[in-house]
Amino acid sequence: MLRRTFLVGGLTVSGGFLLGLPVRSALAGNDTASKGGEIGFFVEVKPDNTVIIGVAQPEIGQGVRTSMPMLVAEELDVEWSNVTVRQMPLGIVKTADGYTWKYGSQGAGGSTAVTDNWDFLREVGATARQMLVAVAASRWEVEPGACHTEPGEVVCNRLGTRVRYSDLAQDAAKLPVPSEKPPFKAAADYHIIGKPAGVVDIRDIVTGKARFGIDTEVPGMHYAVIQRSPYLDGAVKSFDDSEARKVPGVVDVFKIDGPGPGEPYLILASGVAVVATSTWAALQGRKVLEIDWDKGPHQNESTESFWRQAKELLSGQGQVVRDDGDLDAALAQASKVVTARYEIPFVNHAPMEPQNCFVHVEEGKATVIAPTQSPSGANRAVASVTGLPRENIEVQMTRVGGGFGRRLTNDYVAEAAMISQKIGAPVKLQWSREDDVRHDFYRPSGLHELKAGLDDAGKVTAWTQRLASAGKYYRRPNVAQEDQYKPELYIDDFPAQVIGNLRTEWFEVQSGMPRGSWRAPAHTANAFVVQSFLDEIAHASGQDPLQLRLDLYGQSRDLPYGQHGGPTYNPWRLSRLLKHVADRVDYTAERPQGRAVGIASHFTFGGYAAHAVEVEVSGVGELNIKKIVAAVDCGIAVNPLGVEAQLEGGTIDGLSTALNLEITVENGRVVQSNFHNYRIARMSQIPAALETHILPYGDKPTGMGEMGLPSIAPALTNAIYNACGVRIRKLPLRDQLKKALA
Amino acid sequence: MIEFHVNNEPVSFSGDEDTPLLWILRDHLRLTGTKFGCGIGSCGACMVHIDGRASKACTSKASSVAGKRITTIEGLASPRGELHPVQQAWIDEDVPQCGYCQGGQIMAAVDLLNSNPEPSDEDIASKMRNICRCGTYVRIRKAIHRASTTMRKGT
Ligand code: FES
Ligand code: FES
Repeated sequence: MLRRTFLVGGLTVSGGFLLGLPVRSALAGNDTASKGGEIGFFVEVKPDNTVIIGVAQPEIGQGVRTSMPMLVAEELDVEWSNVTVRQMPLGIVKTADGYTWKYGSQGAGGSTAVTDNWDFLREVGATARQMLVAVAASRWEVEPGACHTEPGEVVCNRLGTRVRYSDLAQDAAKLPVPSEKPPFKAAADYHIIGKPAGVVDIRDIVTGKARFGIDTEVPGMHYAVIQRSPYLDGAVKSFDDSEARKVPGVVDVFKIDGPGPGEPYLILASGVAVVATSTWAALQGRKVLEIDWDKGPHQNESTESFWRQAKELLSGQGQVVRDDGDLDAALAQASKVVTARYEIPFVNHAPMEPQNCFVHVEEGKATVIAPTQSPSGANRAVASVTGLPRENIEVQMTRVGGGFGRRLTNDYVAEAAMISQKIGAPVKLQWSREDDVRHDFYRPSGLHELKAGLDDAGKVTAWTQRLASAGKYYRRPNVAQEDQYKPELYIDDFPAQVIGNLRTEWFEVQSGMPRGSWRAPAHTANAFVVQSFLDEIAHASGQDPLQLRLDLYGQSRDLPYGQHGGPTYNPWRLSRLLKHVADRVDYTAERPQGRAVGIASHFTFGGYAAHAVEVEVSGVGELNIKKIVAAVDCGIAVNPLGVEAQLEGGTIDGLSTALNLEITVENGRVVQSNFHNYRIARMSQIPAALETHILPYGDKPTGMGEMGLPSIAPALTNAIYNACGVRIRKLPLRDQLKKALA
Repeated sequence: MIEFHVNNEPVSFSGDEDTPLLWILRDHLRLTGTKFGCGIGSCGACMVHIDGRASKACTSKASSVAGKRITTIEGLASPRGELHPVQQAWIDEDVPQCGYCQGGQIMAAVDLLNSNPEPSDEDIASKMRNICRCGTYVRIRKAIHRASTTMRKGT
């Protein structure tokens, strides 16, 4: 196993034993294909026998600072209560052939951390344990095989003796890394993996000590805000800062140039920056700026014009991205054809912590302290702004007040770099909530048309999905036009490969709205339309929605899956979850008028989830969600408490979005601005009866950040239909029921 | 010059009297546990106690807190570091995800339990109006019930 050569031993200043990872390219030719080998780590055994474990990924609430060290600690064999966690900075290193990453890939996105690091981080722990055992064995003059470990100690039963890791660490650090791969523990022997572990930083969080990006404070730091163009791709024509400069504390005001229309985004918009000695002064200065805007090329764009365009497109022929069997013939032969259109709105990420970033650009170097999901992207953004060599840009990661995909894009980091460079001083850029709602890389909006052909027995023999959307890969010079559909339609998703005659078609809607990755990207849209449409098929053909799904998902087997989450998926695992949630919600029970359940399930990035929702809809369209049952199959759950949290959080996110959330455009401007008109669900909208269930499968974990979200919306709207006969084909729900039943 | 108490320490502020308490706490007093979420009194991330009642720091002007006693999340535990039962319940129920909203949630929950020591689910839902973008509402509810029990037992 070549990746073993990535491990190096060493001593720390404090006399601890450090197991680290050297620079990849220093080991050119070794195991570059190993995904697991791309993560950095370190293990430090302290003299008091406690252990520090490094985490390379940023904590955005997905629990990596807990789950990743658990993998190391398990195989290292220490008590979890003796572990503390250290956040690694970005490990960028320049080599002869470009840049390399000392700690491997450090991004947080796509629910990949646990999957990618399962083998690797366990191996890190096991290797450290193996080296500690080797030292003990040689001291005792026995074979390593005569020793075993108990948490924090090496034990030799034959000699009846034991020694603490801390007493071995100094010598272990001098050993070469063993060339033989250490054996992993049997799952039955786990005392950390699979056991519920609380959030490692929880005491700091509940006492207000946890530091987020916004809490960064550096001596001499300035505070800045930017008034960005409210018009999509607008620009500053001219501005008058005379009043702004009179505000006490305001020290500078200047223009920030944004990308031209259609150009790639380094930052989102043109604007005027106000720099001050406090956040409040900067905000006050911004309030009195007079800016004359060039309204740009999209000043006539509106939500209405978007849908009009999408509808026109669907009347034509799009880009066929999957075409199995003979769809047209199958539809012609079908004894029943069902068709429906669904509308998915733009939505805002709205992480709880508004965007912010500290940057200090100095002669020849820069320091960045950022709440980001992509520290290497932050580094690249600052390099683009300043022209500094990337290895001279240090990126430190803070705890992040929510990501949801928004902080995969580092536009706010680039802005902070522009300001620091201009004023020649350290600066913390602060976005307001209004800035965040109006300037985002929104989840793409799209119009989906689905059509299915059924035979006499009600079997689905033909299926087509046609989507007109504003895709998120636009304005990227490195993505070919024919690949633009890829993040909008995952062409191996169910029911591809299950229904033989199937065609998928994509149409590009032109829009000035910036678009990006929003938690579980296209799965949120596609789960809604596919799982709604399955119910529509069932009702149109007199079948039971659960049984229809069980029939389609079929027997346990692996189907090829070429997108993220592959290489295979097994739709039967969705059936298992569906039966479980159906059972827990008492699917077959007789219910009074106006009360009903709905179900849905979806495969997302390697994980499987299902939801059952019980609702009551009154005669005038008041919705009361009685109960939600959510179940997930994420392989094995490394931290069940964390998995449940993600399932609860994903469910609530999906519910909040389906019930309330939409970003609309008028005259080329985003209409919503803050939580009063972008209404994230509060506790009163979330039923107290929300159950989560974990159904383990196999012997490997998958990620959990996104899986819990996609199937809740269609489970809800399927329940609504069953309760009152109103089919929701447009999100969000808002007051549609009241209107329909009035 | 505006004088008031924060976490039992006297403080004074001589800047713009319209400055929200939020930014005085964060930028001037470096008490960053009180968070900025919306600035319009909608989300509750900035919740503190002013004379014992939960209040939003983003909409409380400096001039309005003269002479008042303010407690922030940093001042909730005892000076010796013993956690408030609500903080302990938050740990026992493993409430936080990103954690950003949780200081404000805890300050709101303490106020709720002070005025209603044994709230029902409906009481909790109607009084706990703070936004949690990560969706920790299920555990917040459980933690409030748990804290209610421990506080009534006086343990
Ligand atoms: S920041 Fe004060 S209520 Fe949102
Ligand atoms: S824990 Fe993230 S916003 Fe509440």
